[in-house]
Amino acid sequence: MHRDIHAQLNGVTRVYPGAGEHPAVHALGPIDLDLRKGEFFAVVGPSGCGKSTLLEVLAGLQRPTAGTVTFEGKAVSGAVAEGIGVVFQEDASFPWLTVWDNAAFGLRRSGVAEAELRRRVDDAIAFMGLKDFARAYPSQLSGGMRQRVCIARTLVLQPRLILLDEPFGALDAQTRLLMGDEVLRLWRQTGATVLLITHALDEAAMLADRIGAMSARPGRFIEIIETGWPRERDSTIVAGPAFGEITGRLWERLRGESLKALGHADMAQSAQSAQTAPRAALAAE
Amino acid sequence: MTRVGLIRLAVIVALIGALELACRTGLIDHRVVIPPSEMASALATLLASGSINADIERTLGVITLVIALSIVLGFAAGVLIHALPRVREALDPFFATYYAVPIFIFYPVLIAIFGLSPMPIVLIGVATAIVAMIIATLNGLDRVPRVLIKVARVHRLGRLATALTLQLPAAAPYLFTGIKLSVSYGFIAVIAAEFILSPAGLGRDISDAYADFDNRRMYALILFLLIIATIVNAGLHALDLRFAERRSGGRP
Repeated sequence: MHRDIHAQLNGVTRVYPGAGEHPAVHALGPIDLDLRKGEFFAVVGPSGCGKSTLLEVLAGLQRPTAGTVTFEGKAVSGAVAEGIGVVFQEDASFPWLTVWDNAAFGLRRSGVAEAELRRRVDDAIAFMGLKDFARAYPSQLSGGMRQRVCIARTLVLQPRLILLDEPFGALDAQTRLLMGDEVLRLWRQTGATVLLITHALDEAAMLADRIGAMSARPGRFIEIIETGWPRERDSTIVAGPAFGEITGRLWERLRGESLKALGHADMAQSAQSAQTAPRAALAAE
Repeated sequence: MTRVGLIRLAVIVALIGALELACRTGLIDHRVVIPPSEMASALATLLASGSINADIERTLGVITLVIALSIVLGFAAGVLIHALPRVREALDPFFATYYAVPIFIFYPVLIAIFGLSPMPIVLIGVATAIVAMIIATLNGLDRVPRVLIKVARVHRLGRLATALTLQLPAAAPYLFTGIKLSVSYGFIAVIAAEFILSPAGLGRDISDAYADFDNRRMYALILFLLIIATIVNAGLHALDLRFAERRSGGRP
């Protein structure tokens, strides 16, 4: 394996077996992906295309039906490897624990010395801007702050691969932009590899070094787009023309797939023709 | 005390005052109900004499045993049934209709089998209270968000650690409802069973006083049980409020 490759999916498929009257569902793949060490990779695709399944297979939360998954050269299958952190879309904060105890949850079980635990939890809480809320309970916080608590809980474990499953899905547009800045800051400072699952094209275009556009189910990568952003970036890039070009290109690739996912196969066909016709005309010229 | 608490207290004092007045003025025949002040003085005399100490010990001991067994066994059964979906599917209709069946009809059967000992009372008490705890446990475990189980796997927690550190606290509000119901059902079942047929106990005492037209003793014992039940329920309510406050961050 190339030493720059941090995690890899080779010919991965995931088929959910049928049960009773429900037929089997081919959710994902076959899919290949090489995640480079320290890169920010975003996955976009139509609803139900298997984005979250891809993340869970990579995390080790689900076994692939076929193919192999490796993280740092070791096979991942059915168990989450040390060094992988996951933040979910749903609010996964523990309402019975304070912000501080939420953040300390994973570390308390890892046998880290108390002084080191305190330092790492305090650092993570300060990093996520939650210092003044350390003794608060999640119910006293907004949705965005609760998501920050979950990120802090992941951060204290110092993961080398961070998987984010639509973590800002439930937040308003402005908060999402600001949370995007926080994630970029986190990515730069930790040096971790980040894989972000999102349905928001602008979010993917703003945050990622590379964006994998997925087809309708069963999800496959139809294109991987390099954004070419510098490592030092923030949400102000959304005002530039390059940002519009990337989101426009993503939408061009995904419009037909989204129509397919909605069951409009005929409209998807004409969308595809509309995309190819100008290119054919240009080629003829 | 809050304004609502003050109003609640005022309502209770007003009702007791009204009953006192109705009894004292003869509106209510003293052969039917005695004034609350007399109930209290009769209870003080009874407690001071020590003549009901053995019955108090026996009844409260049986109630404690019934509640403890119902909570522990009901929780264990709930966890086990939750882990076995087919068994649960088979048992669900029984749980749904359980309290529609008058379980007390089995009390004579239990007396016939075990004789006049505390055993039939314990069994009928547990039979009455345990299903509330099983249903509450099932409800609680059903409502543990799936994402918490994923978080447990991300943190590489074993089954026991997941249950103790995530599932149990997440299900706690429902489990507490089960505990409150088990306490209430335990009280009702034990006193009722003693009242129907028992060699001793506060329920039997009330029954005897009733049969002897000894209103002072009967109402004193009823008052005693009311006070005990109120203290226990107020304690549980305060605990419940404290937990709810923590979860809601002090928001109402």
